[in-house]
Amino acid sequence: MTNLIDIKGVTHAYKTPKGLLPVLSNLNLSVPEGEFAAVVGPSGCGKSTLTRLVAGLMKPDQGEVWLHGNLVKSPRKTVGMAFQNPVLLEWRSILDNVILPLEIVAPSMPRAKKIARAEELLALVGLSGFEAKRPSELSGGMRQRASLCRSIVHKPEVLIMDEPFGALDAFTREDLWQTMHELRAKEPFTAVLITHDLRESVYLGDQVFVLSGRPATTQFVLDVQYPGQDGQRKLDGLYTPECSDMLATLREQIKIAQGRNADVAGH
Amino acid sequence: MQTFQKIAVPFAAIILFVALWEFLVWANNWPDYVMASPSDLPAAYSKFWELFLIGSWQTLWRTVAGLALAVLFGTLLGMVMGFSRIARDALYPILVGFNAIPKATLVPVLALLFIGQHNFNTVLMAFLISFFPIAVSVGIGLSTLEPEYRDILRSLGASRFTIFRKIALPKTLPEFFGALKVSVTLAFIGTNLVEIISPHGRGLGALFLSGQTNSNYPLMFAVLIALAVLGIILYYVVVLLERIFAGWAERPQQ
Repeated sequence: MTNLIDIKGVTHAYKTPKGLLPVLSNLNLSVPEGEFAAVVGPSGCGKSTLTRLVAGLMKPDQGEVWLHGNLVKSPRKTVGMAFQNPVLLEWRSILDNVILPLEIVAPSMPRAKKIARAEELLALVGLSGFEAKRPSELSGGMRQRASLCRSIVHKPEVLIMDEPFGALDAFTREDLWQTMHELRAKEPFTAVLITHDLRESVYLGDQVFVLSGRPATTQFVLDVQYPGQDGQRKLDGLYTPECSDMLATLREQIKIAQGRNADVAGH
Repeated sequence: MQTFQKIAVPFAAIILFVALWEFLVWANNWPDYVMASPSDLPAAYSKFWELFLIGSWQTLWRTVAGLALAVLFGTLLGMVMGFSRIARDALYPILVGFNAIPKATLVPVLALLFIGQHNFNTVLMAFLISFFPIAVSVGIGLSTLEPEYRDILRSLGASRFTIFRKIALPKTLPEFFGALKVSVTLAFIGTNLVEIISPHGRGLGALFLSGQTNSNYPLMFAVLIALAVLGIILYYVVVLLERIFAGWAERPQQ
């Protein structure tokens, strides 16, 4: 299977008034087509920088980012993004918010088709009947659902999510995890999910990448063997011994990442 | 019921204000050269109604013209300051300094620069005094745009102009209208400054001046009230425009 995302030896530093601040150091990360990669790591370790690199919003100092066999040099239309803040446009209805990427990516598409596509996605995430509402009239969880619809409305190859469920309460978050699986079943995409929540990374990810502390490098990769049959992941599975073992391993790795000495290389 | 309340409350407040004014004049037994009372005003209006109509029109159109210039120039300046950090650093001290100058001192300067161009001078002053809040608010609105808003379109390869048109511009509208409400009243001050200070002025300001020279105190107060009414009308025109273009920013009342 070919890798859809290939991050090879990426090193990056930010210029600050106090000098260079290295955030990524020789980071490698590969995601096969259709797979879901969860990325965890200590706070401030450069995870968000990673999303901006994959989206082509910035270029690394060293190393390369490849998407579908193309070297990423600038933003491309085949990427969808979702953030912790749903960043819905208050002056647009929910429907028009979801349509927004289509206006950029497919300006010639007839509006009726755009609407049909957006309505289809909104129905998938349980937002039928809310198309005409303003974002301010929806709850936080509903806004994030709408934001997810917007990020995949143009059928991107890659969906990049930067802690999209971070600001939600625990129950809403679990609802959205399930929605995420339902969306993946109907709308195949390759995903990179940045998260702080280890349970989330195991429930959603096919692979979990643990990044080391700043400057971040790939410290550990976990292949998720989720308990249960025929690929259907149930929330109950999180409370089985298999999952507990995986979570314990990840927690151990995060501890190492947090306590990592600057002069000791990763792995 | 609610619309009735919306209209009745401000009207009741105005009537209360006028009654209080009348009472104060009566209780203190002030002669009209100290303070004219509201009951003196109808006589002034009916006697000079033609002058009031002409003056109001002259004041109004020059104010609106100055305001239009302020919107155009202020928005452009705000865009430059909002998008460029260097422009922001360079322009802020100049703008603040310029804004701190009492505009009354500029009237003779303008009068000498553009001799006899009374209309032009008046519009210019209304513009000079009112563009500052617009430039600042548009600048702040654009420079504080959260990067995620830009990123959702930028990650799709949208151009800077598209991002401005689809996101930055509509997102700044509430701030813009907030500033415009301040600018409306400022523009009136600018217009009247020139009308009153410069010789051979026109508009309501000139009418005020003629009231002064003729010791017609009720006329002077009548001009002030007419100015207030014009200000209120223009203010509500802005509120109406705000409803139409930025009504989404208004939260539904709980």
